[in-house]
Amino acid sequence: MIKWLLLLLLPTLCGAETANVGSKRFTESYILGEILTQTARQAGEAEVTHRQGLGNTAIVFGALKNGAVDLYPEYTGTIAFELLGLKQSANLEELRQALAKDGLGVGVPLGFNNTYSLAMSGKRAQDLGISRISDLARHPELRFGLTQEFLSRKDGWPAVKAAYALPQAARGLDHGLAYDALSTGKIDVIDVYSTDAKIARYQVRLLEDDKQFFPAYDAVLLYRLDFPKRFPRTWAAIQSLEGRIDASRMAAMNAQVELAGKTFSEAAATFVSGQTPPNVDSRAGKSASRSFIAVLFGPDLGHLTLQHLALVLGSLGPAVAIGVPLGIVAARSRRASTAIMAIVGLMQTVPALALLAFLITLMGAIGTVPALVALFLYALLPIVRNTASGLADLPPPLQEAARVLGLPALSRLRRVELPLASRSILAGIKTSAVIAVGTATIAAFIGAGGYGERIVSGLAVNDTSMLLAGAIPAAALALAMQWAFDGLERLVVPEGLRLRPT
Amino acid sequence: MPVTLEFARARTTVLIGPSGCGKSTLLRMIVGLVEPDTGHVLIDGKVLTPANVDELRHRTGYVIQDGGLFPHLTAAQNVTLLARHLGMSSPAISDRVHVLAKLVSIPPDALERYPQQLSGGQRQRIGLMRALMLDPPLILLDEPLGALDPVTRYELQDQLKSIFSELNKTVIMVTHDMSEAAYLGDDIVMMRDGRVVQRGSFDDLVQRPAEPYVESFIRAQRVPTLSAHT
Repeated sequence: MIKWLLLLLLPTLCGAETANVGSKRFTESYILGEILTQTARQAGEAEVTHRQGLGNTAIVFGALKNGAVDLYPEYTGTIAFELLGLKQSANLEELRQALAKDGLGVGVPLGFNNTYSLAMSGKRAQDLGISRISDLARHPELRFGLTQEFLSRKDGWPAVKAAYALPQAARGLDHGLAYDALSTGKIDVIDVYSTDAKIARYQVRLLEDDKQFFPAYDAVLLYRLDFPKRFPRTWAAIQSLEGRIDASRMAAMNAQVELAGKTFSEAAATFVSGQTPPNVDSRAGKSASRSFIAVLFGPDLGHLTLQHLALVLGSLGPAVAIGVPLGIVAARSRRASTAIMAIVGLMQTVPALALLAFLITLMGAIGTVPALVALFLYALLPIVRNTASGLADLPPPLQEAARVLGLPALSRLRRVELPLASRSILAGIKTSAVIAVGTATIAAFIGAGGYGERIVSGLAVNDTSMLLAGAIPAAALALAMQWAFDGLERLVVPEGLRLRPT
Repeated sequence: MPVTLEFARARTTVLIGPSGCGKSTLLRMIVGLVEPDTGHVLIDGKVLTPANVDELRHRTGYVIQDGGLFPHLTAAQNVTLLARHLGMSSPAISDRVHVLAKLVSIPPDALERYPQQLSGGQRQRIGLMRALMLDPPLILLDEPLGALDPVTRYELQDQLKSIFSELNKTVIMVTHDMSEAAYLGDDIVMMRDGRVVQRGSFDDLVQRPAEPYVESFIRAQRVPTLSAHT
């Protein structure tokens, strides 16, 4: 069984000459990652894997720096503000210089800018002759419905209003309702991302930022400088993507996934094969999306289940092997106990994403290995604590009876103390196992697979069926784990301890 | 307060006194569970040290209230745990168990049961078997009959007396029951507040009490009498 699980992990563990494409955890990044992957595969030079939906910017950038990922789609604004910590936006050349010292390159602008934008319904904009944000100033009667975030951001509404000298007042409106409110004429202007999936469906007109108020979030590629040398033909193919995707094309692909229920790779394949994306009919709605049952029992179910099990058992095994001895030491010495409990307890308090980001930097790897280490660290506490308390709480007369027999410490432990504490130790392992099934879903943030993959992509595209198709098998596995351990108790806990008093 | 006591070979000495007088602590010192603040324990002229304590424990049988049996082992496994650890052959082990079971009147089927499935008296007998397994010259008993009902207790007192005299062991037993001490002990050590008040036979204690306390302790054992008009 163990050998088999290891075999399953093997492909993710060893990094042969493969090109690794990364992507972040939202629809657009998934699609661009798929486009890069499929384009690179067509070059036929390298084995290409797509580490998709990686946790957050810090995780995927960490993965790029240590070579676990070779390239991924990013935005110039994010590079300038988040990754380089600059105060203002910078052009591509400035970014290139700043990144070169880390052995990283930036380039291949894809042709669109994903930034905040103000938008109106196409018809209303046409009627009023509005195409630029500055045109809004001439129509003080227009009603603005903006998201709370945009209203409160320093570089949001207050600054736009000042920069364009707009006379209107704005009210807060949830983004989910904004398009409907716009199309029914309840409001006139909303804020959107310029590649928002719903732009095409609702025939919304983006207003030109004619004073260039919003910083540029041009989609570009971040890559390792050694990548073009290692895979020249692949790189040439990827470079040909430059300027090929404009904002409406990107918005249409986002709509393919979020509104028409296509998968990321289907949406990307349409682009890579040079077809025009089918129009997403505004009335078709979600009817095209796959049914929940179809998603739940999709062809990836078996694969994800095995990955998930491998993550849980692969981290639980070492946690038992290390945690039980640590618990024994903690039960023997008060000083050791304080130190061990402090360290093991501290691990629990580190947020999962922070721990993963730290491990990726520390270990220079992404995927299964750091995920296993993180899960191992989280699994330690219940095992150590239950082992220590199980041993320390043995009735003193029994502990003394074992000593007075003249059994040496090790035999006492093996023959008497561990069997007597077995129920408590097993309960600790069971707690760890059940928690690990839940925690293992975060492994998807760093490309280690498992049911988390569905949860993460379901969250990214706001697809509840996809999310549940990941969450429900995880919950079922946690229950199965519980039953398995109840069964194991019959094997591990000595019969004499399972008797009811007569 | 210094206490010096010698225990004669092949005799039964009973340590008696009120709760907290130090009788159990004294017994626990002999098996190395408690270290004396000053002084030391000598067994067969050898000083008890952490280095030789396990070896001396193999030559000492120790019985506590309710037997102190390990609940995860059957009665037989409890009795033979140490012998198996020390590598005694299985035929020798089963012979010895057979002899001991007969000695303490335990039926063979009770040996296969877990402590939870045994009566209090049976558990105490199994505890005694475990203490006697390696045929140690020294037997220590800490209130061995304290948890038993009066009838079982009466039976076991009889049995203990015959076993002790039959086996010719050096026995040190702790109790706070004067009639038990009188019945089983060749020698009685009366303790109070960590010191020895008097040592002697029951007759000595009754007829020549060293202190008024000895008299009051003996008198405190109530003997039921029938009232005249029933």
